[in-house]
Amino acid sequence: MPTMPALPVTIIGGYLGAGKTTLVNHLLRNADGRRLAVLVNDFGELPIDADLIEHNDGNVIGIAGGCVCCSYGSDLIAALEDLQVRSPRPDQVLIETSGVSLPAAVASALSLVPGYRTEGIVVLADAETIRQRALDPYMADTVMRQLAQADLLVLNKTDLVDAPSLVDIRRWLAATAPATPLLETRDALIPLTVVLGLDATAVGDETRSLGTRFEATNQRPHDTSGYATTSFRLDDPVDARALARGLAASAVGLLRAKGIVNDHSGVVLQLQVVGARWQVHALAEADAGPGRLVTIGLRAAIRPGAVEALIARTTRL
Amino acid sequence: MITLFEARKILTMNPARPDATHVAVRDGRILGAGSRDELAGWGAYELDRGFADKVLMPGLVEGHSHVSEGVFWRSVYCGYFDRTDPDGRVWSGLKTIDAVLERLRDVAASLPDPAAPLSGWSLDPIYFGGERLNRHHLDQVSPTRPIGIMHASGHILSVNTPALERAGLLRPDVDHPGVPCGADGLPTGELKGPDAMMPAGRHVGFNRELQAGDELGLRQFARLCVRQGVTTATDLANLLPDAAVQMMSAVTGQPDFPVRIVSFRRAYGMTMTELFQRARVLAGHSAERLRLGGVKLFVDGSIQGFSARLRWPGYYNGEPNGLWYTTPEQLREALELALADGILVHIHTNGDEATELVLDCLEQVLRRRPGVDHRFTLQHCQLADAAQFRRMKSLGLCVNLFPNHHFYWGDQHHAITVGPERAERMNACATALATGVPLAIHSDAPVTPLGPLFTAWCAVNRLTASGRQLGAHERISVADALRTITLGAAYTLKLDGEVGSIECGKRADFAVLEDDPTEIAPERLRDVRIWGTVQGGRVFDARDI
Repeated sequence: MPTMPALPVTIIGGYLGAGKTTLVNHLLRNADGRRLAVLVNDFGELPIDADLIEHNDGNVIGIAGGCVCCSYGSDLIAALEDLQVRSPRPDQVLIETSGVSLPAAVASALSLVPGYRTEGIVVLADAETIRQRALDPYMADTVMRQLAQADLLVLNKTDLVDAPSLVDIRRWLAATAPATPLLETRDALIPLTVVLGLDATAVGDETRSLGTRFEATNQRPHDTSGYATTSFRLDDPVDARALARGLAASAVGLLRAKGIVNDHSGVVLQLQVVGARWQVHALAEADAGPGRLVTIGLRAAIRPGAVEALIARTTRL
Repeated sequence: MITLFEARKILTMNPARPDATHVAVRDGRILGAGSRDELAGWGAYELDRGFADKVLMPGLVEGHSHVSEGVFWRSVYCGYFDRTDPDGRVWSGLKTIDAVLERLRDVAASLPDPAAPLSGWSLDPIYFGGERLNRHHLDQVSPTRPIGIMHASGHILSVNTPALERAGLLRPDVDHPGVPCGADGLPTGELKGPDAMMPAGRHVGFNRELQAGDELGLRQFARLCVRQGVTTATDLANLLPDAAVQMMSAVTGQPDFPVRIVSFRRAYGMTMTELFQRARVLAGHSAERLRLGGVKLFVDGSIQGFSARLRWPGYYNGEPNGLWYTTPEQLREALELALADGILVHIHTNGDEATELVLDCLEQVLRRRPGVDHRFTLQHCQLADAAQFRRMKSLGLCVNLFPNHHFYWGDQHHAITVGPERAERMNACATALATGVPLAIHSDAPVTPLGPLFTAWCAVNRLTASGRQLGAHERISVADALRTITLGAAYTLKLDGEVGSIECGKRADFAVLEDDPTEIAPERLRDVRIWGTVQGGRVFDARDI
């Protein structure tokens, strides 16, 4: 097996009607040059927007811009194996789970196939129905397990409930999953960078040195004024694990972070943070540049100065 | 041309004349059963005395099986109990891990290619006193060829080191509850659940294509049917793509094909609307020996795999509740479409919470859209209680229970999964009959061996593999059991007007027996010897099938 870097996988979960399909279509429409491979449980339940489809070979749909969409049904493992031999190789994989799936079980299944790495679990909740679902005599435990397994929670369809209800749902979700960042939206309009992560390499050139915050204000294709993307240059070695763990702490208020850093052990490591989940792994290719880190969060939730303080604390001179 | 079969005794299941000595057949259908004199009135006949010393009963109907039983026999049988293959060879049950390894070594020695994979099936380490078959055991059979043994439950695959290597699983960072690791940090070779089994499965000969069945598998399945007296058998969860339908039409249409296959389209890969449209198209491809148009739905998993949905208080050993395979919304949509189109739906529910969900959803749908004679059937439905059977009755549901499971895994249900009290009520055949819920019983072959007379024995005696009688109050009589494996199963398939009894107008489908199941001791019902079948008036001798 060639020693290619593991493909990052984002799992999209949530009960029937939460907006998973809308989100997938939205991401495919705005892939912005990334080659996405989207695995859906069942084409039956996924009407990919017709104008996105370039060709349809039964189990594989080709999407404009080099993305593909495959159905996996009861055999996710085989779909992942099939995907590995596809050319060109996708940049990222998205798995849309069925409405009754437990996303953590999908993450476990991923560990069975070499060459994939679960980057994060994004779970959607329908603002209009989530409280009711959570009381359903049959589905309650499934819905609650889905919410508990999220690295990022997306409260969708907020336009369908009134303000007091929204406050109530927000409070309930905070109690249900206290350590999990919550995004609110309608029509599943979440920026690509939040769902799929940032590209630390690409923004590295624009980065100024530590202490200077660089905010991307014009992220296409829709309004992201509620989000702040910040890049940092890390000239000195850091304790990569301590930094990643720190960035994942809910007090910092980030949604995602990605970095390529010079670890104090002397090697270059990549770090990934999605909500409370963090990972540090080796880079496939040598990278000689300075360390860099990109974070994204809700402007209102980010604690000012927290990332800078964390970098300072984990830097080893 | 009329053929008049003479038999020692004919059990007709027709209450007007429960037994007879002769049956007249023309064009593959029954003119009547009675005395030779009575039947002479139909006109000139040819007397066939070949069964003069045999007992005939209606051809047996297996209401829940899969044609993949015919495919599994290409692998080495590793089960604990004796089992007969399509050729009629009885493979002895293997009582120790050493015996399993010895049989595998014998077969491996006959394979010319040292790298060719070797597969086995029906392993049940429950009976090996806690010892598990691991990769080091299987490496003793061959350290070079990949080897995989499917367990009887179908939920676990045991593989050797080469199989793990080819699957990319011989590494310490596999993080999956279905992949236990040994002291060395590497997987032991036991792979539990469909996800864990799949990466190694295809390297040892268990792949998707194989499970789906093929022409040879279908023929082998049909031979097993003849050996068991079965003339109508379900293939209860097939995806039925066009190619499969063409193959099945061609094979079952051949003049010597001995069994009627009833194949249900499994709900998968389509919206519900598309699924029921497809079912209508499939129904148009039905022929005498291939019946299509039914739909199979899945609501939960299995009890022994802890993936069935149980009501409070859940699993006896404290395992978390199982998994839903569908939502109430999807279930209601399916039931509504099925009622609108008059399509027969069979629904897999193992745990009692899954059963309850179907009862609730069907009740809601029927309030909006009354349905007549829908015969929706709950399949397995192993844990239903008396109140649920009463609801099934009022909602017009049928049930197909799983007495074989009670025999093979009843001891485990008693000790581990549901505990002593609920284990006694599992597969409540007597309650179903007393409540008036139309009843069938099944093997779920290849999960347990195809053989309705064995299934009847299980329902009559309710013994487990260890010899424990579990739930004596749910035993049914031999007469009820025989009716259940003929007319009972036929009713759940809407075929009871065509098959299931020996009377005027029905298909000439008979099980040909050496012994009279109504005279043999009930505890020996499974020992009834089967000569073969008559299907559509054609005679099939099990010895040269």
